[in-house]
Amino acid sequence: MALDSKIPKGSIDKKWSQYKSEIKLVNPANKRHINVIVVGTGLAGGAAAASLGEMGYNVKAFCFQDSPRRAHSIAAQGGINAAKNYQNDGDSVYRLFYDTIKGGDYRAREANVHRLAEVSRNIIDQCVAQGVPFAREYGGYLDNRSFGGVQVKRTFYAKGQTGQQLLLGAYSALSRQIAAKTVTMYNRHEMLDVVIVDGKARGIIARNLITGEIERHSAHAVVLATGGYGNVFFLSTNAMGSNVSAAWKAHRKGAYFANPCYTQIHPTCLPRSGDHQSKLTLMSESLRNDGRIWVPKKKEDAEAIQQGKKNANDIPEEDRDFYLERRYPAFGNLVPRDVASRAAKERCDAGYGVNQTGEAVYLDFGYAIKRMGKDAIEAKYGNLFQMYEKIADENPYELPMKIYPAVHYTMGGVWVDYDLMTTVPGLYCAGEANFSDHGANRLGASALMQGLADGYFVLPYTIGNYLADEIRTGTIPTDSPEFDKAEAEVKGTIDKLMNNNGTKPVDYFHKLLGSEMWEKCGMARNAEGLKSAIEEIQKIRKDFWANVKIPGSANAMNPELEKALRVADFLELGELMCRDALMREESCGGHFREEHQTEEGEALRHDDKFAFVGAWEFKGTDSEPTLHKEELVYENVEMKQRSYK
Amino acid sequence: MDINVTLKVWRQNGPNDKGDFKEYQINKVSTDSSFLEMMDMLNNQLIENGEDPIAFDHDCREGICGMCSMYINGRPHGPGDGITTCQLHMRSFKDGDTIYIEPWRATAFPIIKDLMVDRTAFDKIMQAGGFVSVNTGSAQDANNIPVRKEDADEAFKAAACIGCGACVAACKNASAMLFTSAKVSQLALLPQGQTEATERALNMVAEMDAQGFGACTNTGACMAECPKEISLEHIARLNREYMAASLTSRD
Repeated sequence: MALDSKIPKGSIDKKWSQYKSEIKLVNPANKRHINVIVVGTGLAGGAAAASLGEMGYNVKAFCFQDSPRRAHSIAAQGGINAAKNYQNDGDSVYRLFYDTIKGGDYRAREANVHRLAEVSRNIIDQCVAQGVPFAREYGGYLDNRSFGGVQVKRTFYAKGQTGQQLLLGAYSALSRQIAAKTVTMYNRHEMLDVVIVDGKARGIIARNLITGEIERHSAHAVVLATGGYGNVFFLSTNAMGSNVSAAWKAHRKGAYFANPCYTQIHPTCLPRSGDHQSKLTLMSESLRNDGRIWVPKKKEDAEAIQQGKKNANDIPEEDRDFYLERRYPAFGNLVPRDVASRAAKERCDAGYGVNQTGEAVYLDFGYAIKRMGKDAIEAKYGNLFQMYEKIADENPYELPMKIYPAVHYTMGGVWVDYDLMTTVPGLYCAGEANFSDHGANRLGASALMQGLADGYFVLPYTIGNYLADEIRTGTIPTDSPEFDKAEAEVKGTIDKLMNNNGTKPVDYFHKLLGSEMWEKCGMARNAEGLKSAIEEIQKIRKDFWANVKIPGSANAMNPELEKALRVADFLELGELMCRDALMREESCGGHFREEHQTEEGEALRHDDKFAFVGAWEFKGTDSEPTLHKEELVYENVEMKQRSYK
Repeated sequence: MDINVTLKVWRQNGPNDKGDFKEYQINKVSTDSSFLEMMDMLNNQLIENGEDPIAFDHDCREGICGMCSMYINGRPHGPGDGITTCQLHMRSFKDGDTIYIEPWRATAFPIIKDLMVDRTAFDKIMQAGGFVSVNTGSAQDANNIPVRKEDADEAFKAAACIGCGACVAACKNASAMLFTSAKVSQLALLPQGQTEATERALNMVAEMDAQGFGACTNTGACMAECPKEISLEHIARLNREYMAASLTSRD
């Protein structure tokens, strides 16, 4: 099947407004008879479910957590971008569009990104109206901060808890619709398959996590807003429950999976401390506004620090290497995430790391404290400093923080067209789960923007274009052979896991997969490593199905079974990520192939061969997938080598 | 450094089971690991020995999602102030310690299994009025209404509630006043929340009672145990809002 992105005609700044006025509508009386399933209640899913409910559709919303308020959007710290130009620093829709395309290393679709920049302004209005307590200046107007990869201040924030406040805004809108009975909430439910009838997505199979019951839910359209797949690496900044299963099941049923190798490694995370570790913690990128990143200039100093014989304060100013300021004078500590991460890895690989593992660099606030005073720093970053101290057991007001890159976000995801529809008719995908807006690298404070843009301002319109043709369909029965088959498959998988009589817990396999992915498909990749990873992952997958051990019963609360079902999908996704990384013989954004770099070690794109979205079609668990290409056409931005110097 | 600890964990197989403490020994726990990572270790040990692992809620493991909920040595979220269970580290314990772990206990939070409880009662309170009734797309420009910085900051402090339920677990009456007041207070402080202030205070308090939470007797245990240090001042503000609403309600 050829990929049709369905980008509307017309100039870039008119496409969305024109398209919106031509899109098909569903009248209010008909909306009541149309059912929509929304899976996931983070920023994208929560906002979509609430907005669709307000519009009058019959919505069923699903989340695996105990409440829709707990989706992992809640953990986003730094902020949300919007082209408001409240700071009068020359910002505009075009500049936000341009920065996002450039930040994504020219691998995102122009029309989608421009739409994102346009609706970014409505998001802030909507959130303020909901009572989201953004930071304000003394005059009572909204405050902004600056983030990596841009030269204006366009980031709105609520201390270091912006994601929480935005999610609680969406959750409040959702709660209002639940009370109004336009949305039925299914918490502690996990989607285990999508059901396709006559080529259209018509429902899902879900497991009630409390009773273990397998349920059938039908609808005229299904929206997946189920987040990213960073947990394929075992250790990431994602929540423990974050998973790829909904997206992967959709992929297995015909939805193409695009750019799976585009992974964002966030530069400012707490370094690993040992094998017991279950997750990594992010420190907001906003810290790079005032913190200076450095390692010792002299190897003997670095070694002394690694052995615990010296600490940061023992290194005199002239012996500190502020390597980002040195290499990128124009952007300094505020280069984009992929650039900052690789630069940290480069210094640590060269032996200049500053903790016992040699995998850490300093993020130093000593200079900012001298300049602005401790109180000013505490007012700005107090909660982040507190969080650091709790985990690292060191006072960041006295000693520089130690940070290291960690897996944080996945730009790749389910392929969608301009309407956010996947290659399966009636199946939509929103937020981090889709591939659409960030290209090969996402800029800071753009994830919240995209999640809410999709959920509040894009999907509720575009889905109407499809549902307008469904007004005569009537209720979709759940006793059809298609539902029977999907349920039988789900039950078969669960039975297989429960009766496996293996010997090893799920985590054992997940850790094996994670280390394989991190070593060979992490911050730097090469053909040899990727080929060996594909073989190793196939072995781990075989071993998993032969030797995994699930205690308890399938007909009750069983967290180990939940984990096993998720890891089973990660074991397939991991292989696809490596295949995608192997196919993409260039470096771009978060995808760095060692064979393709400039003399200075920067990412080297090959626009003549790889200016396309790589969308993979599933052909069977142990068969090679088929690659489809969506060519990327740049009419409004000139493709250049990114420079932050 | 590694330590050995003894755990006495509440095991209960569903809401109708009687439940009991069971003792477990766990050795060589790194003091750098978090409390929940210690629980992961224990569960993997149980699985390998063919025993049923302990069910507990957790997700973000960075103190913001509000899912984790253990009552450790007689305190919600254990020793230490201003932290959730997932932010508690084993360096807070000594070699040879015995640690008691229980679920939140409240009529309105029935036990699902072991340490996992059902907190949908909190969602019901929110559905009763914890929102501003504004439809998507009908908002005016965000800077049209200036909000005093002090009010915005105070609203933020109330909005920092993560809905974990520690306040209920800490309260001898299992009252949800701190939780409810945080949302009422946030919206009462902002101009956007004014239109529905009356109904909000009345409806949310009524729902709180209907869900089976107890009365507030101002002991302050909730604030002392709140991982986000939500202030009792919000309860005072809720009381004012409720009083004003009772006097002016047209119903």
